[in-house]
Amino acid sequence: MEGTQTFQVFNRGPSPVARLVFFSALSLLLMFVDARYRYLESARSLISELVYPVQRLATLPGALWQQSEEFFVGHQKLLAENRALHRQHEADMSQLVQWQAMLRENRQLRTLLALRQQSQPGVKFAEIVYAERDVFRRKVLIDKGSAANIQEGQVVMDDKGVVGQITRVYPWLSEVTLITEKDHAVPVQIQRNGLRSIAFGAGDTSHLALRYMPVSADIVKGDVLVTSGIDGIYPPGIPVARVDTIERDAAYPFARIVCTPLGGVDEHRYLMVLSPAQPLPARPEEAPAPSRQKSKKTGGH
Amino acid sequence: MPTQERTEILRPVSNLFIAGSVLVALFLNALPWGGIWLVLRPDFVAVTMLYWCTHKPYRMGIGLAWAVGILSDVNDASLFGQHALSYTVLAFGGVVLNRRIRMFDLREQTTQVFLILLATYSVYAVVHWQVNGQLAWSYFLGCLTSTLLWIPVSALFQSVRQRRVERE
Repeated sequence: MEGTQTFQVFNRGPSPVARLVFFSALSLLLMFVDARYRYLESARSLISELVYPVQRLATLPGALWQQSEEFFVGHQKLLAENRALHRQHEADMSQLVQWQAMLRENRQLRTLLALRQQSQPGVKFAEIVYAERDVFRRKVLIDKGSAANIQEGQVVMDDKGVVGQITRVYPWLSEVTLITEKDHAVPVQIQRNGLRSIAFGAGDTSHLALRYMPVSADIVKGDVLVTSGIDGIYPPGIPVARVDTIERDAAYPFARIVCTPLGGVDEHRYLMVLSPAQPLPARPEEAPAPSRQKSKKTGGH
Repeated sequence: MPTQERTEILRPVSNLFIAGSVLVALFLNALPWGGIWLVLRPDFVAVTMLYWCTHKPYRMGIGLAWAVGILSDVNDASLFGQHALSYTVLAFGGVVLNRRIRMFDLREQTTQVFLILLATYSVYAVVHWQVNGQLAWSYFLGCLTSTLLWIPVSALFQSVRQRRVERE
């Protein structure tokens, strides 16, 4: 500053251009680090505690509206709902008894066949604090965080099917990436015939795509896709989506299959977080290394 | 009327008022917007900060805008630094053009403000496009509504600052 010819009455620090360059470079650096590595998660959770009051406050108007709506709901309507729920409960109970018998039988058979026991995932209930406020993203935040033992990778579902997966955990909140997020993959299986595939998020709110399915694959409109459980993250047998349209064009090697998610990806307020899946046995080495002692073990899954 | 407004001596604003207004803007951005409302939602934080950058450039500068951007990044769960970068550009535009913008009356200011906001939105969208490889053009609708929001927001702040003079 001393060497320059310009005369400054008030010293206001660096020029706007210098500040622009400095802070832009800082932002670019942060973005690079955040996108490539995950060093900044602790800083993020620290700052999240700063903005937590604002976030919590922002849910108040909606909650108040809902409460007042619930308050003015009619007596008749409540009674009818109660009756319907009772009927549903009875129907479910009879099915539950059968299911428990089958579960026992299944466990016995699995022991007989020396297969790995399937664990029943525990469930935590969580409420959506707010949903996708970014036009580009398919994420929601729920009100349980690391304080409630939520971990990254846990599966989130509602009563109808898979909704998403926990991708980031804050102390009191966690971030759920919905299955409709672009390129989010769920290993699935067709319920009717057990054909395996992978469902990818299409990026818009309401669709999934099955990629790399040959034109001749046995899929019909209306097929229900359930999780296959192969990845060890999603427990097997949870409904994911229903096949909507199938375009078989001989010019392409793969069929174009669009599905609609069964879980209320954009609708509900309450979700269930499944407890983390048991880790699968370690994947066997691709190329057997001769020096290793363990290479005898051939654990398939 | 615009000449009167320009020559009026406004009471100095306290830092608390600036901080409070930015907090309220963060709160408004954090409301559970969804669907079409999310697309049309103006960026309250950007408009509020642009007002302070043009009217109090030595109070609300590029550094503070960057810090608010970091808060927004956590708030929106976006990439760390994405909002910070776009708000840095916003504050730069506001600080550099502050005298020029204040020369005009409210209606004429919107064209200038629109360009700054467009640059801000573009920066955000370009970063998103580079990282995720997709672009939603509907995102830029928010830029238009933010520009429209400029008129009520600056009228509100201006009137609050004037009323304090009358009370004296």
